[in-house]
Amino acid sequence: MGAWAIAVHGGAGVDPNLPKERQEEAKRLLTRCLDIGISALRSNLPAIDVVELVVRELETDPLFNSGRGSALTENGTVEMEVSIMDGPKRRCGAVSGLTTVKNPVSLARLVMEKSPHSYLAFSGAEEFAKKQGVEMVDNEFFITEDNVGMLKLAKEANSILFDYRIPAVGTCGASAAMDSPLQMNGLPISVYAPETVGCVVVDKQGRCAAATSTGGLMNKMSGRIGDSPLIGSGTYASELCGVSCTGEGEAIIRSTLAREVSAVMEYKRLNLHEAVDYVIKNRLDEGKAGLIAVSKDGEVACGFNTTGMFRGCATEDGFMEVGVW
Amino acid sequence: MGWAISVHGGAGDIPLSLPPEKRLPREAGLRRCLDVGIAALKAHNHPLDVVELVVRELENNPHFNAGKGSVLTTSGTVEMEACIMDGKTMKCGAVSGVSTVVNAISLARLVMDKTPHIYLAFDGAEAFAREQGLETVEMSHFITPENIERLKQAQEADRVQLDYTQPIQKEVPKDAALADGDSQIGTVGCVAVDNEGNLATATSTGGIVNKMVGRIGDTPIIGAGTYANHLCAVSATGRGEAIIRGTIARDVAAVMEFKGLSLKEAAAYVIDQVPRGNAGLVAVSSTGEVAMPFNTTGMFRACATEDGYSEIAIWDSPTK
Repeated sequence: MGAWAIAVHGGAGVDPNLPKERQEEAKRLLTRCLDIGISALRSNLPAIDVVELVVRELETDPLFNSGRGSALTENGTVEMEVSIMDGPKRRCGAVSGLTTVKNPVSLARLVMEKSPHSYLAFSGAEEFAKKQGVEMVDNEFFITEDNVGMLKLAKEANSILFDYRIPAVGTCGASAAMDSPLQMNGLPISVYAPETVGCVVVDKQGRCAAATSTGGLMNKMSGRIGDSPLIGSGTYASELCGVSCTGEGEAIIRSTLAREVSAVMEYKRLNLHEAVDYVIKNRLDEGKAGLIAVSKDGEVACGFNTTGMFRGCATEDGFMEVGVW
Repeated sequence: MGWAISVHGGAGDIPLSLPPEKRLPREAGLRRCLDVGIAALKAHNHPLDVVELVVRELENNPHFNAGKGSVLTTSGTVEMEACIMDGKTMKCGAVSGVSTVVNAISLARLVMDKTPHIYLAFDGAEAFAREQGLETVEMSHFITPENIERLKQAQEADRVQLDYTQPIQKEVPKDAALADGDSQIGTVGCVAVDNEGNLATATSTGGIVNKMVGRIGDTPIIGAGTYANHLCAVSATGRGEAIIRGTIARDVAAVMEFKGLSLKEAAAYVIDQVPRGNAGLVAVSSTGEVAMPFNTTGMFRACATEDGYSEIAIWDSPTK
């Protein structure tokens, strides 16, 4: 019997000036999620159940950009999207444009298992959710004060370019933006903060699974779909590995990043670490992104070309690590 | 080298007994679209413009499942999706859930050219279309009597299936029971390369008959139904769910790159990996090769290359 392994992430692309307390908060959440996953793996839950469980936890916590705590559209609302994939038969499920479903990853799982399709979106997805009896809440439930402030900054950054004003309230603060001219997707890193979440797992039977969940790009056009719900871009799992990506959505889509990892393992016969390195080095060009991955042999790897990625990983032999930089 | 172009009007369970009144208009449509594309390439238009132009023609033709003539959702409505990609820049644009825009492929092009995003859907896509001044019409414009009939038959077949309390199986095509078997025509697409090796692909569809409202297929998913890079341009058709899980379009290029196969070999290899009866694709390479493999009964297709070769076919032909 093989060994299990698990990795989680809370987004690639971290503001170098992120206050210490936020970093610690993030690490605590990642640790908690890892523990939940490890516990489930020890109880022999299959990989697909474990990724759903862990991502539910990440969606429920308002810290990262998924479920509650999602980034806001230009209209100040939340539109969430997820994809989940089960390696062994490459079954997949995805949803976009969710506004009232409390745990989007669970709806994506239901699309995979209870619908004749792979991907449902907007009102059709919400209808399906109602029929399936999943927990539904008002859109306000997902909106946090933090993100209302962020949206304001994003709108200002978009119109004012490099002249950032210092806001009255704000967690990271536009003042930080003046010190760190780092940008992702055209916005200063202090405002952009992708913070998409994801989890990849391989269980003792060598089955891989992956899931990615997000509120998407801050200040996005309503109806904008990013990489997270797109199989092959934000998420992929095969008989060989499970991958979840985060960062600049458009760059991840263009490079079909998650699929690349599995493809180079299949076609170039690289091992997991080589595959992750290869893909990050060669497929992103000017794009900024990161990913976590596990292989059927119990390995875990992560790679990113951004400044930092919130991540944590653990393997059955006792290895465990949570990091930001 | 030299330019090359290939067009498809859907792969599926197209019966060899397809009556002339169903076959001839589609062959004529393919011929016309091919000619439009060839003329555009000869006039040195960029492949991106060529594929958009050709797919617009296919969308306007009510005999294909895109634009006018799109198949219907379970509610009797039309939800169209389209995708376009430039092999050189890797820029792409996609739309889903479009119900009033006359040419979804042009909307996808605008998403690519005029927004910082790649993919817009449903209300957001419709709002953007209006903002951009694209031609919009009442949804009834797209609905044809044939498709109303197809939906009716599909829903009846469903009812029969439910009577036997079969669990929903994604692998069993629900609409395979249709009498004339042409329910499976799905999706239109065009790939083109000019004699400088610039590649482009475009795909457009109404989806599958009786689909759930909000269902998104493989067409707008980069790497699944549509993909182009510096090696080749691909447009796939068939059962969406199978094309998504196999990242078909992306794999053709990946196999060329990693296994050193030619376009024809790579395309055949990828289609072979998909369960029989589920997929087909058209592809061109930067050096002007063409491939049109499929593992369904047939695929409406056509292609032409600068050296004068051209072909229009539905079922197996000597040169696939």
